[in-house]
Amino acid sequence: MRAEGIMKQDKTNNKSDLQQLEKIKMEVRKAEEEQVVDHTPVEEGPKISLPGIYSSNDGNMIMGISGMNYSAQLGMSTIDELLARDRRREKDGFPRKIKVGKLFRPGKSVGDSVIIVPTTVEEKFLHDTISGSQEEQAGGSGSGEEGEVIGEQPIRPQQGEGNGAGGEGQDSNHEMESGAYDLGRILTEQFELPNLKDRGTKRALTKYTYDITDKNRGFGQVLDKKATLRKVIETNIGLGRLEDVSNIDTTGFLVSPRDRIYRVLSREKDYESQAMVFFVRDYSGSMAGKCTELVVAQHVLIYSWLLYQYAKRVETRFIVHDTEAKEVPDFYTYYNSKVAGGTQVSAAYSLVNEIVENESLANEYNIFIFHGTDGDDWDTIGEKALPELRKILTYASRVGITIAEHAYSAGQKTEVEKYIADSGMLNEYADYLRMDVIQESADESRLIEGIRKLISHEVMK
Amino acid sequence: MELVDQKTKSIMEGCKERAYDAGLSFDNQTLEYIVTNRDLIELTPKYMIPTLYDYWVHDVEVLKEKGRYELYPNNPYETVVNTRPAISFYNDNNPDWMNVMIFYHVLAHIDFFQNNYSFQNTWDYDFTGQALSDKRTISKLRSEKGHWVDYVIEFARSIDNMADYYSELSKFDGVTPGHRNNMLDYYFDIFLQKEKCVPMTEYVKEVERYNKCKKETTELGEQTFFADVNIKYPEFSSMFERYASNPRDEKLDLLQYIMEKSEFLNKHSNVWMKSVIEIVRKTSLFFQPQIRTKIMNEGWASYWHEKLFLSDDRIIGHESDFARLHAGIASMPRVGLNPYALGIRIFHYIEELGDTGKNTRAFDMLTGVKDRNKYDQKLNNGNELIFEVRKALSDYLFIENYIDQDFVNKHNLFIAGKRINQERMVWEYYVKSKKASDYKKMLQDQLYHPPSITVDAERHSNNILYLDHKFEGKPLVNEYISNVMLGLEYLWGGPVQLETSEVEKNNSGAGRFGRRPENEENRETQWQRVLYTMKDKKLSRKVLG
Repeated sequence: MRAEGIMKQDKTNNKSDLQQLEKIKMEVRKAEEEQVVDHTPVEEGPKISLPGIYSSNDGNMIMGISGMNYSAQLGMSTIDELLARDRRREKDGFPRKIKVGKLFRPGKSVGDSVIIVPTTVEEKFLHDTISGSQEEQAGGSGSGEEGEVIGEQPIRPQQGEGNGAGGEGQDSNHEMESGAYDLGRILTEQFELPNLKDRGTKRALTKYTYDITDKNRGFGQVLDKKATLRKVIETNIGLGRLEDVSNIDTTGFLVSPRDRIYRVLSREKDYESQAMVFFVRDYSGSMAGKCTELVVAQHVLIYSWLLYQYAKRVETRFIVHDTEAKEVPDFYTYYNSKVAGGTQVSAAYSLVNEIVENESLANEYNIFIFHGTDGDDWDTIGEKALPELRKILTYASRVGITIAEHAYSAGQKTEVEKYIADSGMLNEYADYLRMDVIQESADESRLIEGIRKLISHEVMK
Repeated sequence: MELVDQKTKSIMEGCKERAYDAGLSFDNQTLEYIVTNRDLIELTPKYMIPTLYDYWVHDVEVLKEKGRYELYPNNPYETVVNTRPAISFYNDNNPDWMNVMIFYHVLAHIDFFQNNYSFQNTWDYDFTGQALSDKRTISKLRSEKGHWVDYVIEFARSIDNMADYYSELSKFDGVTPGHRNNMLDYYFDIFLQKEKCVPMTEYVKEVERYNKCKKETTELGEQTFFADVNIKYPEFSSMFERYASNPRDEKLDLLQYIMEKSEFLNKHSNVWMKSVIEIVRKTSLFFQPQIRTKIMNEGWASYWHEKLFLSDDRIIGHESDFARLHAGIASMPRVGLNPYALGIRIFHYIEELGDTGKNTRAFDMLTGVKDRNKYDQKLNNGNELIFEVRKALSDYLFIENYIDQDFVNKHNLFIAGKRINQERMVWEYYVKSKKASDYKKMLQDQLYHPPSITVDAERHSNNILYLDHKFEGKPLVNEYISNVMLGLEYLWGGPVQLETSEVEKNNSGAGRFGRRPENEENRETQWQRVLYTMKDKKLSRKVLG
């Protein structure tokens, strides 16, 4: 009888546990949304601060005004001013204060923009928590006896959780390009990322293509709906018919015939791309979570910077590998692919060599290869990977290897790091090969530091 | 941003009548504005005070780590600002019934601002006018001095949480800081400790002897006590006289100290900086009471909006809307904290204590569970008691005095812990403790509590500013130290030293997933005193023996 009772209780517990788990997850997610940046001590794993006393206020509790409605776009408008201020600080003998904040990750729809948000910290004397001294605790309410588990949350963020960054590649539209281009400009100017030197002389070929790209007001071959709508809005702003930007009522718009914008056939100069960038990423099981986020975020930054460097004449190829390598069509797939296999770095390098050879890219382009991995490799001494890498170095303008170390392997060199360092190639090909090892807890500014290391002229020790 | 229309205003005037009848007391003059989300973007960084000074950091999204500490001395999305007249804000798409409810909430906030002793320093002037003149001062200086004004603001703001709020507040208690005619205080605080440096045991003995004297001969207890003191230390009375006739300056907080003593700031060409620092300090002091009474203030406002709106005929037809909104405000989260929900529960609990007489000694003496549950003296003092509490307490004492085991049991409160489960690779949230003492401690750990950092004038030599961080079991946020001290060095015009405590680094290192070696679980954290020195814009660190 008694045993049965316990069994029953267990079942109900499980069921309510599940509901509570969902509830807690939601609250945790809410807390995460409110959070901006996470200065987690490495060994603690991802830290989530639950809503505390000071995070709720009349705005969000009563009127449903959520957080600072501070759009990143708005920050962009003043960014030049802020950067100028920051440069002046340096002249005045004070350290810079503005850091790169969040990057916006693409949603499910293609065409989300990549945006950089300037952030800063107001430093004060404040109490800190002692890292790792005790487990986190928070208030709670409801049923439950001491020791009872009321919910759980996976250690490794599920797909679609976490705050990674990304973008798209070839299929991307103009919006993404311009966002990334701006980002590249800021990276170059603000973070003084060096300009890359071309390897040899690559000629930029020009050819003419015919396309309907010219715009014409009033008549033409194809109505450009987006430009037309822009014009209509402009007109209506001019007429004072659009008062509240956050609440646009399009039914009240007036449309003048001159607002219609058409595309007409025209002769265009078309430049060949000058840079070919291979983004190579380890997507084996061990990369899940933070490592992937770091690598991809850094690749977005690199892509943006190259876009600016080469005045948008950049082509990208994406390669993911576990024990085998394959090419994927765009950044989105590149970002979101996941398998649970082992790791064989050589597979990726040989695929790069294959592509370059088959398409004879080496003569046409400046080739950049950026490889992100957590440093695991079944080929522990690089027996296969090193010869392939050596081959790559005969034509590449720059190979940048980022190793995102797991928190638990801190202090020990990973396999990839070890065999590359031991091979002596870092010195031999100092101009073309760079390696950067980052911790799992790295933030954006550390990533940018890493990029500088990967692409600078000088060899940084 | 515009004022509410006449119709809404007349509804609100009706609310005021009802609130007065319920016992709330506040100025009859109030200003209500309708705001759009766009207005909020501009108002938020300025703590909703349109006339507050401009500062460039407001143009940047500021990184704040919510939950660990709050950088701001207040809450930027408050619906009401403690000015004269009080200004409150209503979203432009609120329905009327909701505005009525919010207005009750606002009135209770205003009542709190104007009656709670923590706000005494804000009672006799209007901050809006003050802020406006400050803003003008700063923009005038900007036009003369350029961007250096912003540096001074930045450096002053980096220590604005060091403004000594409590000593400002104590001025209102008729206790002038540094009053020096009390023989008893002198004997115990200065004579025994600083002059004679007696060991702790003897000090305690003296305290006991004093208590004994007071007990045995109430009238002449103190005289008896000092008669013995004079026999033991013949020099005592003459030393006390010398001390009492030599009034010293009142205690200065860090900002005041720098303004008064810094040679750099007192140069003729730099005196303007002092007015900027004073503005920053005043602004900080104005907002401090808000963060120190967050739970009470929100609890009080929620208590009254519920009570007054339920008895208001304008709720008719919106009962379920109100229920939904109110539930969102006043429900306890399964994990996490909601100051509104906690505050309103504590106020209801206090009311119940007053009504039944459970806040008496007689009740405390009862041990039987049944007797305790049945206890009811029908005193009906609850209403009086909550008004008393609203007047006299701040968050710390509110929690300390009124969260007890009965309260924790009543509302099923517990501490939720978070631990790792290696087998399942998940973080588990579990019920860690249901003890009131633990719950209280968890709350008090979260309360706003800036570190206590004072100038040690005795170690002040060669124009070095020596700061002493009083150890309270927590280190300072390390990555901020350098920049704060850099600013201090600039304002001070000389090297700055900071003595603080840090956790001793041990090289054992954490294992995978933060699991520590077994023996380390129970090991005490080792603390050491560390001296940071900022000289010529370079920071050095030295471990003190």
